[in-house]
Amino acid sequence: MIEVRVRKKLGDFQLDAAFKSDANVTAISGPSGSGKSTLLGAIAGLLRPDEGFIAFDGRTLFDSARRISVPAHRRGIRVVFQDSRLFPHLTVRQNLLYGYWLAGRRSHRTLDEIVALLGIGHLLKRRPRTLSGGERQRVALGRALLANPTVLLLDEPLASLDQERKDDVLPYLRQLVSASHIPILYVSHQRDEIEALAQRVIRLEGGRVVNGG
Amino acid sequence: MLDFSAEEIGAIQLSLWVASIGTAASLPFGLFAAYALARWRFPGKLLLDGFVHLPLVLPPVVTGYLLLILMGRRGPIGSFLDQYFGIVFSFRWTGAALACAVMGFPLMVRAIRLSFEAMDRRLEDAARTLGANGAITFATVTLPLALPGILAGMVLSFAKALGEFGATITFVSNIPGETRTLPVAIYTFTQVPGGDEGAMRLVLVAICLSMLALVVSELLARRVALRIGGTA
Repeated sequence: MIEVRVRKKLGDFQLDAAFKSDANVTAISGPSGSGKSTLLGAIAGLLRPDEGFIAFDGRTLFDSARRISVPAHRRGIRVVFQDSRLFPHLTVRQNLLYGYWLAGRRSHRTLDEIVALLGIGHLLKRRPRTLSGGERQRVALGRALLANPTVLLLDEPLASLDQERKDDVLPYLRQLVSASHIPILYVSHQRDEIEALAQRVIRLEGGRVVNGG
Repeated sequence: MLDFSAEEIGAIQLSLWVASIGTAASLPFGLFAAYALARWRFPGKLLLDGFVHLPLVLPPVVTGYLLLILMGRRGPIGSFLDQYFGIVFSFRWTGAALACAVMGFPLMVRAIRLSFEAMDRRLEDAARTLGANGAITFATVTLPLALPGILAGMVLSFAKALGEFGATITFVSNIPGETRTLPVAIYTFTQVPGGDEGAMRLVLVAICLSMLALVVSELLARRVALRIGGTA
């Protein structure tokens, strides 16, 4: 169960969104500029809300009333960014193991499992800059999965890919969703992706939840 | 012609030693100042910025004299360091290293600061969401990505230190084997009759060392850029 109530003013823009969900995959959709990224940043702990409450499975991550704000690195929320954000100075293998080592190698999954799941075994020794867009996103997904996530945030993970590359990643995502019990927040404005993956859709417009909250 | 006397070799060795120690010792401070200037907002930031750059714009003699007043045995900081840590700067090679560190500091900070500012900070966010706290993020992401700038800053500081003259001679004088670095030795040669040949030998060495520093920095920068792939 994830519970989010966030208020954040950024210049002229005001995010004021609240939702609860216990779906396995919750999609957050909405046009660009609707506040999806801001909401995501707040949940991940990269952005401090002016006011609000964020909890997951009874664990409070943020509560302005009680002055609680768990720092990003202790939230256990792993993010797959639209632009993958692989570390350019590390190999694919080192990227994959980054969060794994930080989690004290306590992940439920091993490198071999993830590599097999995502079909990235042949990339391990390469540097991120030599990868295609689809390969990058698969590695980013693997990096997040190996970091022992309690929640996965996928921020338009397919948005930077053309259709062919999307078809390259989507099956892996679908397999991941059906194979794992990690709750996923999936940000996207692509109807086909949402329909393929999510059981629950929260729709944002102009910083407010207009549907599904 | 290339028949170095023991004294000349001593001056070359001293210069390399003093420049290395000065650069190495100022690196932690340089990293801190560069990071503060690039990332933090605090009152007096402009003042710190100006203070860091002072040695770049002040006449070196002034910097040397200020060091003499502050860091000399009877100076407020110098006497404190002498009494509690046994560190003495005045008329020692340590003073020459300090003068080098101070004179090279603005160059070092500028180069490192630029790389901190140019860096893709979203990678640091990514590290944090993967469980890295501030210190680990700095050590595993920020620092490696800033490496080209850090190396460039160190080479600039080192090269500046090899050529440092004014502040050194003002602060720690011209003592053979102790504070007579390469430039000071060249100056000394020009002050005595028949010193031309010795001066010329040392000038050649100075040119070679400077060229070498430049080439090494260029090679290092290229290797790092190749490794990172043009993102930093």
